[in-house]
Amino acid sequence: MKRQIPVFLVFIFGVFMVFQYFSPHEASEWVYKFLMDWIYIIGIFAMALGIWSLIHVSYDKIKHKRHDWGYSVVTLAALFIMTFFGITGFNENGDWGFYFMTQEGLTNPMFLNFFNYILVPIETTMFSLLAFFIASAAYRAFRARNVLASMLLVSALIVMLRFNPYFGDAFAFYMNKTAAWLLNVPNMAAKRAILIGIGLGMVGTALKVVLGIERGYMGKG
Amino acid sequence: MRYIFVIFSLVLLTFSAGLAQVDTLGVDSILLNIAPPSPISNLTVYDKANDHGHALILEWTPSPDDGAGMNTVMLYEIFRSESPDSPFVNVGSVPLGNSRYDNIGILEKESRDYIPDNTDLYYRVDAVTINPEVRASSEVFGPVRSYSNWFHRGRVPVLLAVLIFGGLMMYFVTVARKGAELYVRPLAGISAVDDAIGRATEMGRPILYIFGLGTADMISTIASFTILSRVAKQVAEYQTQLIVPCYDPIVMTVAQEVVKSSYLDAGHPDAYNDDMVFYITTNQFAYVAAVNGIMLRELPATNIYMGKFYAESLILAETGAVAGSIQIAGTDEVGQLPFFIIACDYTLIGEELYAASAYLGREPIMLGSLKAQDYAKAAVIILSILGIIAANFGLTAFTNIFKVLD
Repeated sequence: MKRQIPVFLVFIFGVFMVFQYFSPHEASEWVYKFLMDWIYIIGIFAMALGIWSLIHVSYDKIKHKRHDWGYSVVTLAALFIMTFFGITGFNENGDWGFYFMTQEGLTNPMFLNFFNYILVPIETTMFSLLAFFIASAAYRAFRARNVLASMLLVSALIVMLRFNPYFGDAFAFYMNKTAAWLLNVPNMAAKRAILIGIGLGMVGTALKVVLGIERGYMGKG
Repeated sequence: MRYIFVIFSLVLLTFSAGLAQVDTLGVDSILLNIAPPSPISNLTVYDKANDHGHALILEWTPSPDDGAGMNTVMLYEIFRSESPDSPFVNVGSVPLGNSRYDNIGILEKESRDYIPDNTDLYYRVDAVTINPEVRASSEVFGPVRSYSNWFHRGRVPVLLAVLIFGGLMMYFVTVARKGAELYVRPLAGISAVDDAIGRATEMGRPILYIFGLGTADMISTIASFTILSRVAKQVAEYQTQLIVPCYDPIVMTVAQEVVKSSYLDAGHPDAYNDDMVFYITTNQFAYVAAVNGIMLRELPATNIYMGKFYAESLILAETGAVAGSIQIAGTDEVGQLPFFIIACDYTLIGEELYAASAYLGREPIMLGSLKAQDYAKAAVIILSILGIIAANFGLTAFTNIFKVLD
């Protein structure tokens, strides 16, 4: 019964979603919107579980003084400090207070300072690491070990060099044409082949889930 | 000098005032004397097809004075009423040169733009000149009604494709159930999962399983749940440690249940604890920082990336390579596949992610569905070739069969 009810619910809602795609009727759209709203409701409850999970895992590390437990202290401190400043602030009359339902907390100067001068620079730094990782990955990918790898290297050079301003107009013209052909013909063909496979795989997986053949999402593989 | 300046200024002022007067008089006279344009003709209004109702489409033959004739039409204003005798309300306008207007209403009854369904409506189109007072109204068209449609006719090809594909799948699943041997091409990435778990057990190091940034409603995440269930079952049998850091709290909740069930199926429910699967954050790069930290601190023997990945894919995979982990990745995000191919030992490309669960389980029913996918791919290849031939010979009737309308 514990397995049958979820499978039955998945079947009902799965079939409805298929029906909804083919039926633009107002009633069908209303039910679809109603069901989509449930994602937000479930998401809010799941967020509470998520935050509890983060607190529990971090607290456990600190309590047992596990390896590098100091990072967990920083995590918990950041969580509580940002939450505190996010729900407190000054209203338009200049009165300080807790604001759970309104947005005063989001304009709290401390909240904004932590956000703008700590979180945003850290995020930007993480993202900028990507440039260095791309360089190291490109070095490995473009080693001419065999014929196919050499073709990849030459194609990559053409695609990259087309933007080089030092080669003159005639060179740029031919480079642009070759690069456009590489991107629009062989590259696009491979991409579309992968996308068709993905599309079929998606439909197959969705049908397996709806028909109850695939139950891995319930832990029953 | 001062006198010259004063005289010059007076002359300039007089000249400007004169110009202004002439100009005003000229424009006014043009606006007053403009002749009414010819009205539009052949106004037709019909219900918008394949929609949720509350929408009508107007088409007409433009006024002869639109871009030709007296060339005085500037725009067309559209008016609607629920009776030919009651006042008409302006519902929109289009510039000259247009002969169509989509009157799309909104669903809120209180709104001025609400169009009631199943109600008689009347329309009129005015050809308006530069002077809004000078215009020509068309004949009133009506009554006309808007309807909500139960079936989207433009999506018939999709319905047929789904039915054929579903039928193929059911056929092969039935064949597989009867015990037929179905051959499926082996995938190196899937075979490597067993070895990777064995390696982690021998090294006494954990296995890191990452869903990426997918949410629970994405098919790639659902496929990843299935793979996790197989991996967790083997991990439980080998008594290895499993770490699953999550980006989305709903994914975390489902993943906890998946891993718990797998440990139960493997006969080791006591080895499971909720802290194996935990939530980190719903912020992309904060999540990446946390997972990279786990990789460098815990030094997992194996990193498995299955699901939806975006810009973080290469940062994660390169850090995993630096940590010396065996890495297996699978995603349906085409843009991230090259990064995984470069940085990981094995990569499941696109649909292989969806096939992985069937390969891991080797259950006949699951293999049956894979066989159906293979036949569908063969059909797509044949139809693509036929489509190319038909398009090159101008046989649009064949290519139009596959046209899907929004």
